[in-house]
Amino acid sequence: MSATDRALAAPPRTMRLPEALLAVLGAAALVLVAFLAPWLKFVLTVALAKGIAVLGILLLLRAGQVSFGHSMFLAVGAYTVAFLAPAVPEALLLLPLGALLAGILGLVIGLFVVRYRDIFFGMLNLALSMVLYSLLEKLYALTKGTDGIRVSGLTFAGITPDRETQEWVMFGLALVLAIGFGLLVRAYLASPMGRALAGIKTRETRLEFMGVSARRVLLFAYVMSAVMGGVGGTLVAMTTRHVTPQLAYWTSSGELVFIAILGGAGSALGPFLGATAFELVRVYAAAAVADAWQMILGGVLLAVILFAPGGLWGMLTSRLKGRGA
Amino acid sequence: MSAAVHGGPQDRGANRPRQATPLLSARGLRLAFGGVKAADGIDLDVMPGEFLAIIGPNGAGKTTFINMSTGYLKPQDGTITYDGQPIIGLSPRAIVRRGIGRSFQLPQLFTEHTVLENAALAIAAHAGIWSPFTPLLRRGYHDQAMALLDRFGLGPVAQSRADALNEGARKLADIAMAVALQPRLVLMDEPTSGVAAAEKMGIVETLVRVLRDTGVTAVFVEHDMDVVARFADRVAVWSQGRIAALGPPQQVLNDPAVLRDVIGIEASPPSGAGH
Ligand SMILES: Nc1ncnc2c1ncn2[C@@H]1O[C@H](COP(=O)(O)OP(=O)(O)OP(=O)(O)O)[C@@H](O)[C@H]1O
Ligand SMILES: [Mg+2]
Repeated sequence: MSATDRALAAPPRTMRLPEALLAVLGAAALVLVAFLAPWLKFVLTVALAKGIAVLGILLLLRAGQVSFGHSMFLAVGAYTVAFLAPAVPEALLLLPLGALLAGILGLVIGLFVVRYRDIFFGMLNLALSMVLYSLLEKLYALTKGTDGIRVSGLTFAGITPDRETQEWVMFGLALVLAIGFGLLVRAYLASPMGRALAGIKTRETRLEFMGVSARRVLLFAYVMSAVMGGVGGTLVAMTTRHVTPQLAYWTSSGELVFIAILGGAGSALGPFLGATAFELVRVYAAAAVADAWQMILGGVLLAVILFAPGGLWGMLTSRLKGRGA
Repeated sequence: MSAAVHGGPQDRGANRPRQATPLLSARGLRLAFGGVKAADGIDLDVMPGEFLAIIGPNGAGKTTFINMSTGYLKPQDGTITYDGQPIIGLSPRAIVRRGIGRSFQLPQLFTEHTVLENAALAIAAHAGIWSPFTPLLRRGYHDQAMALLDRFGLGPVAQSRADALNEGARKLADIAMAVALQPRLVLMDEPTSGVAAAEKMGIVETLVRVLRDTGVTAVFVEHDMDVVARFADRVAVWSQGRIAALGPPQQVLNDPAVLRDVIGIEASPPSGAGH
């Protein structure tokens, strides 16, 4: 079994209880940190938003596929907010709108890319995301190019909160959505469609000889992952209040894949572990060693792949198991 | 599919009405890979309820016939009808849904899933797989999958990962997944190859029992002449993309030409055939 195989392997059944427990503890820890270190609320909110997008990457990883262009859906969600906020300032409307548009784009692109596998799948996603990037960059009149767009004032259920409250609202919204999508993904992965999705990785032909269209199975996952990318993007835009084409750039997609591997694909918690660790390392490493922080991240990724192919999630659970035994 | 057809080795096929319409009917199938004629004019009728064995040397085109009958390969010429309907040009998926199941020379299991999940997934595939949020192993599918595995004697390994099984169990699981789809016809590619000699007869007996119970028509590629003699109603002998002989085993397996040209050194006439 190769390292990636191990990284992508489904969790053993005995992980179920710690998973629920860790989810509760993790959520509580995030709230606690947000309380004790208010300046980290912003970082944690972005981490949760990215974690939701990374959940989408995790779905595709379960089918053995890696998308190197998935931040395009994040960008769609983010630009939906930026474009529409002046007309529709209501966050609770913009959120589903961003998800819907990302989902529609996911369906259109998905119909095309689910015909391909492996490197072709990954690169097609990358190519399409770069098309979106160039559009966002070049259509200056519409997008203000690389300058990006400032997100105008938002309302939440009709209320315009003050800055401090809005930070809490965004944090809470991201946390609730993270938990919601985490549960959704967990249920989906255990369902016939989710198990068939994992079957694409090992025996796609068998699916066909069971009368099941592997492409349709993958398409459903792809659209779901696009929706989650869109949701992540709306949250990022609402939190950072500024969107740029960089969101769709291939390095942003690479970052999502990085986080997925860092966190581990074994559990729906992995993406959030990974995203939180990633954002915190970024903040502290960037402050400590300025431009060298990418090197630190590179080192961390290398260490994870070599020594902890199950990612942070895998490390955590093997720890717990070790103590229990 | 009368009981008489399944009566036993002595009267196998004896009561089969000659004019019955074939379940699967191939005419003039041709398929060449480069210069290799994997099918060179195959005509074959598979009658409802029968167990038809396909024998022949390596590379004769046995697997190719199964691949053409299941939509995996398209013949360059010829027709195949199933239940009176032409099926050439249909996808494997469409053909499976019409009731032709198959197993594979190399078992095609979801290797990272448990045996139970493999079976449950096949059952779900038949019942309708498009439910994204109810667990695969919810009671209904779980119990049906266990029942299926028990019939194949696979109950004890239900919780093992599919890639941890021995070859015999893998073959059985592969066939169980085909049977889960409730086919009327199953095409089995070498259900006993790679299986330890000691296990072989037990596996075939299990298999035949399940298939007879469900009234499935079966075509199976087999290299073991004892298995063929014991369980086949008819034998088709493949040779270089053609059917060299076709008939009841006691006749075909004692045909000197077949023995010399086709079976060759692979086997001597089986002890049980011919009386
Ligand atoms: N997809 C393919 N591409 C090229 N050649 C093929 C293909 N499938 C089969 N062949 C060739 O066609 C011939 C018949 O192959 P086939 O697999 O049907 O034989 P077989 O009777 O099943 O043999 P075995 O007993 O070894 O399984 C062989 O020469 C094989 O190499
Ligand atoms: Mg073969």
